[in-house]
Amino acid sequence: MRHLFRRIGFYLVALWASITLNFLIPRLAPGNPAEALIARFQGRLRPEALHSLEIEFGISNQSLWVQYLQYLNNLAHGNLGVSITYFPTPVSTVISQDIPWTLTLIGLSTIISFILGTLIGIFLAWRRGTTLDSTIPPILTFFSAIPYFWLALLSLYILAYTLNWFPLNGGYDISTTVGLNGPFIISAIQHGILPALTIVVSSIAGWLLGMRNTMITTLSEDYVLMAEAKGLPQRRVMFNYAARNAILPNITGLAINLGFVVGGALLVEIVFSYPGVGFALLQAVQNSDYALMQGLFLIIAIAVLAANFLADIVNAALDPRVRQEKG
Amino acid sequence: MSQLDPLEKPVTAENTNGLPANFYDGVAEPSGTHIIEASANGQAAVNTPISAAGTSIAPVAVGGAPVTAMIAGSLSGFWRAITRNRKVVFGLSIILFFVLVAIFGPMFVHTDPNAFSENLLSPPSASNWLGTTQTGQDVFAQVIYGTRVSIFWGFLTGLLVTILSITIGLCAGYFGGVVDDVLSLLINVFLVLPALPLAIVLAAYFPFKGPLTVAIVITITSWAYGARVLRAQTMSMRRRDFVEAARASGERTLRIIFFEILPNEISVVAAGFVGTVLYVIIFEASLEFIGLGSPTVVSWGSMFYWAQNNDALLLGAWWWFVPPGLCIAVLGAALAFINFGIDEMANPRLRTERRPKVKALKTQKAVA
Repeated sequence: MRHLFRRIGFYLVALWASITLNFLIPRLAPGNPAEALIARFQGRLRPEALHSLEIEFGISNQSLWVQYLQYLNNLAHGNLGVSITYFPTPVSTVISQDIPWTLTLIGLSTIISFILGTLIGIFLAWRRGTTLDSTIPPILTFFSAIPYFWLALLSLYILAYTLNWFPLNGGYDISTTVGLNGPFIISAIQHGILPALTIVVSSIAGWLLGMRNTMITTLSEDYVLMAEAKGLPQRRVMFNYAARNAILPNITGLAINLGFVVGGALLVEIVFSYPGVGFALLQAVQNSDYALMQGLFLIIAIAVLAANFLADIVNAALDPRVRQEKG
Repeated sequence: MSQLDPLEKPVTAENTNGLPANFYDGVAEPSGTHIIEASANGQAAVNTPISAAGTSIAPVAVGGAPVTAMIAGSLSGFWRAITRNRKVVFGLSIILFFVLVAIFGPMFVHTDPNAFSENLLSPPSASNWLGTTQTGQDVFAQVIYGTRVSIFWGFLTGLLVTILSITIGLCAGYFGGVVDDVLSLLINVFLVLPALPLAIVLAAYFPFKGPLTVAIVITITSWAYGARVLRAQTMSMRRRDFVEAARASGERTLRIIFFEILPNEISVVAAGFVGTVLYVIIFEASLEFIGLGSPTVVSWGSMFYWAQNNDALLLGAWWWFVPPGLCIAVLGAALAFINFGIDEMANPRLRTERRPKVKALKTQKAVA
């Protein structure tokens, strides 16, 4: 329990840090591009809207502390400002439309990639030294070194453009109505397969090699030898003895690499024009839509922190040493 | 607040995930010249100071000379050890090739990579080896010039990231106490924050665009991995005899940190640098692809940007976006191979390929 509280404490600090970073970046930025942006909107927006933009970007004569409290107050009310790209839609509305797409795509493909990678890693470690074991890791190493977005471009070119197996862009067929109906779900799945495949292929090597390497170490432990000597079935030795003891570092690795995977997956969304957070981020960059950009960063940071926390809890549940760890 | 450290306990030396961000983890403690021999029993060598005698006796009297000699000695030992591994040699030769192209390539290409021509969007031919872009620029010339920019900024940014990691990691590990509490909290927060979105927000606020902006932004968001590893290394070293001796002889703290401790960690730093460069090159290309680089500086990433913005894909112009990506992939694979090779040296159980197959497993189990 103490461990849990400590972790919660850490994630609260991390959350505070990302919120504060979000607050400070526009205010510390040299030359203040936001000011130029607001100047562009002068005369086209109602004074109240202009004023709210000013508060958002810290163009005011008030002290930094007052601004910080205003900012926190806005945040507490879910007010992330107004998007310029989708003017006058509030940023929170834009994000809440995008987030289900991203959560489904990135969440599902990360889970698939983690489970598949771990399982293959177990088998490769079990058959270490065979041809299979010496060919698969180098190939996957090559794939893991490829930038996510380039693999996305290639698969889009070969599988969607040349072979016509998959739709070229978007998250669903525009002729269908968004909602829980058959045609929409089918088209959403059709549009999701290729981006998901790209994310799985580029991230699987990490989990696979991590699992293989740790498992090779546990395989030479005495208790594995003992289990074999007792004549236990191979499957049991492989999963209940060797893999079970090797999986913990992989779960820690899941937590560490999550931010990295999410970053890559956002780029995949951009290539596929997938209607998620990554694509919105691109729109924000191209239109100098600072409010949207910052809102997106905050949401992504919170999501990654939450996922990390989840991995921490799983880790603590599986490993008594983590629970008992003192200071 | 070191109790808040999420990564201190569970990460084992074998936990290398292959993802670039994690490159430091695999290198347990390969120090000195005896990496392979000393770790033959599966335990990484207990890192003895590289030349214990030289460090503790000579340092104050003779300025920088022994230190540089020590670093050189350590690096040459490191070099000897890594060149014995086939994966490392393979990776190093590919990198050497790219570095040579970056240095000498543009001398042999007499086409301006930015020059427009009448020859629009033509596929590879004898006159344009890799075809042309929408505005008639020669893709081959762009790739060669782009290699120079991407490699140069990749290594430079890698260096910046490494320097920042060293400074923060060593200070946290050496000072301990409140300094360590604050710095490790900072390290851990930066570890969990998603780097790419943060870098995008930072870069968007920079008043000027270009490779330098990208380098600064990447440095700010990516130093934490290295710092964490070096902090742990330094903590294990701060109570060693040679450090105590230096302290007793009245050396200044900064000198102890950077001239006594750092040279003993140089192999870890070097191994981490390899992973950092790979990570940085992909990161740079990603930021440039989104349009946060300078569109006039030809690099692998800006080639993607123009290809994507001109719908190269829908025009079927594969020769526009395949070459730069292939370069990154091959270079990345080379760096990854080096990293795995280093892993194998740190953890000899991973070295399976040279053993005779079935027999080896049996003997290994019997021994175990």
